[in-house]
Amino acid sequence: MRFVDEFRNAETARALSAKIAALCEPGREYKFMEVCGGHTHTIYKHGLEDYLPENVTLVHGPGCPVCVIPMGRIDDAIHIARRPEVLMTSFGDMMRVPGSGGNFFDSNAEGTSIRMVYSPLDSLKIARQNPDRQVVFMAIGFETTAPSTAMTVLRAAKEGLENFSVFCNHIMIIPAIKAILDSPDLRLDGFIGPGHVSTVIGCRPYEFIARDYGKPLVVAGFEPLDILQSIYMLLLQLREGRAEVENQYARVVPWDGNPTALRAIGEVMELRPYFEWRGLGFISHSALRMRQRYAAFDAELLFETPGVRVADPKACQCGEVLKGVLKPWECKVFGTACTPETPIGTCMVSPEGACAAYYNFGRFTRTRVREASVT
Amino acid sequence: MNPEEQVLDRIERARRRRPKVREERVTLAHGSGGKATRTLVEAIFLEAFRNPLLEPLEDAAALSVDGARLALTTDSFVVSPLFFPGGDIGDLAVNGTVNDLAVSGARPLYLTAGFILEEGFPIADLTRIVDSMRAAAQAAGVSVVTGDTKVVQRGKGDGCYVNTAGVGVIDRPGRLGAATVRPGDAVLVSGPVGAHGITIMLARGELDIEADLVSDTAPLHGLVAALLAAAPGVRVMRDATRGGVATVLNEVAGAAGVAVVVDERAVPVEPEVRGASELLGIDPLYVACEGRMVVFVDGAEADAALAAMRGHPLGERAALIGRVKDDPPGLVLLNTVFGGTRICDLLVGDPLPRIC
Repeated sequence: MRFVDEFRNAETARALSAKIAALCEPGREYKFMEVCGGHTHTIYKHGLEDYLPENVTLVHGPGCPVCVIPMGRIDDAIHIARRPEVLMTSFGDMMRVPGSGGNFFDSNAEGTSIRMVYSPLDSLKIARQNPDRQVVFMAIGFETTAPSTAMTVLRAAKEGLENFSVFCNHIMIIPAIKAILDSPDLRLDGFIGPGHVSTVIGCRPYEFIARDYGKPLVVAGFEPLDILQSIYMLLLQLREGRAEVENQYARVVPWDGNPTALRAIGEVMELRPYFEWRGLGFISHSALRMRQRYAAFDAELLFETPGVRVADPKACQCGEVLKGVLKPWECKVFGTACTPETPIGTCMVSPEGACAAYYNFGRFTRTRVREASVT
Repeated sequence: MNPEEQVLDRIERARRRRPKVREERVTLAHGSGGKATRTLVEAIFLEAFRNPLLEPLEDAAALSVDGARLALTTDSFVVSPLFFPGGDIGDLAVNGTVNDLAVSGARPLYLTAGFILEEGFPIADLTRIVDSMRAAAQAAGVSVVTGDTKVVQRGKGDGCYVNTAGVGVIDRPGRLGAATVRPGDAVLVSGPVGAHGITIMLARGELDIEADLVSDTAPLHGLVAALLAAAPGVRVMRDATRGGVATVLNEVAGAAGVAVVVDERAVPVEPEVRGASELLGIDPLYVACEGRMVVFVDGAEADAALAAMRGHPLGERAALIGRVKDDPPGLVLLNTVFGGTRICDLLVGDPLPRIC
């Protein structure tokens, strides 16, 4: 298949792998964080770590929007969904994220209507088809999905739809990366920058990482060769003593982002003073809420929510995993109490979560896999 | 063992524990064919009905009655939409049960048909469904010999549900079953995977993706007969319905205590199925088929089995996709197109589209 196969070519990967190995200084440990959950998924799904030398470690970052939603927000969503007039919509991988009393599937088993949609615009269709119901879209995601939520609200406003609103949980990537950089227990050599977020925000917002923190960042695509090439570019920067923002994903990411998408976000949403991130705690100016002039579409204003902060289960070490301090398997409950069937932490829920990816795809040491895979 | 291996060892022990249903209510995940379904079946149904015939949890039970060996199976069909490109709930209901019998090594003979109809359901639609059942039964050489009809109030059903049960006779000596699989065996698939599941997802019209795709629904008894005649060393066959090929591989790896190593490049997938799967972020290995089977066969007979399948119209694109090894027991490993290796585990529920 065009545009896919050429980015999964094993021969090219082997050649790149040799170049990566040649760039690594013996005895030096390299730790790179892939910020985005989509990258984590690719790395595990394709077995990419098999191409890396032992002294290059990938640390899985906080860029999985499903993983950083705090339990309290899930509870709030379910609270709204319990109103008999409400029909809630959300993205597929939200359905299994646990709140304090169960996930959306459990909630549906108790009578709510929370439907999976593929695009926020589908919620408008549902709203038009169900004029007697209040359709609430549970919006999540980074700057990647925020523009489509914003465009949906703009369209709803234009159509004068009165039975549609948004429960806004959009978050922003830069404050999260900054929180990680400021975390004292972390030692990273560079970042594999998120690709899809950057299609919207561009590459400029990362410049402070190179300038103020002296760390290289390479914005990367989502095919395995994209990631392998980004690792090569990071190692080359280190070898040459540079710390810059580079764009590996130029076929999709413009340096200045997508001004139309940014304008749409700015028109409909504004910064929240602070927002809680699962595992990372409260981060100021890290999330978006609906602007006053779109209050009619703001589910938080239309419906009461308990707004209770639910502490993460004590055993859960999602925070450390999200910051890359712990590898998934180093968490106390990994794979025993916390599994994809019974996730305690959100990292185990989404296929993009580091723990789920490791459990589903990588639950095996690399040496043993290599021995077994020979056919 | 290093710390990571200790953790992995602990996990494997945890996975071997007796399954327990933790939910207070049934959720959709319990019907998806993945881990949640397995837990429900083992913890509730097997626990209650436990007997030696049920215990292997094969697609059909193998019974001995007065010296005759019979296979018995049942299946319910709740597909939505009822009509889709390449088929409808009617031929699905016949082929599904015929296939469960066929892959158990039985010659399908008789079917039952139960209908749960919703008040207001158009008679024209019912006629259309029954007509395709008749045609499918004729094609499979089976007769529908008894049945049942119930009507529920409007809103209490989804138009039409169909249940079929089937009985067949096992002519062939020897026993098929996942437990007979051993290291050195070859793993075959009878054709391109995932077409049915993707067709249904697209037919629901929620995706705004258009593709020239039809369901792969088909009766497999003829293909099975050709295969068994050419390769008596077949260990087990499974039709890869809910949960897809990956689920079948996991079931067999678990039951036989072997490793299954699959070569991703060798797995046939139609470009339309691949395209839709890539867009949705799901893996065709987990997508349902309704006319495809996975075959484990003695490694020495792999070529003969493959040739026999390819000689049948439903197996023209059959492929050897992997091998059975002894270590790591119970796991399915995938050698990826990219050249890496990863685990290919059971899913918890339905494959959910990813947001980014």
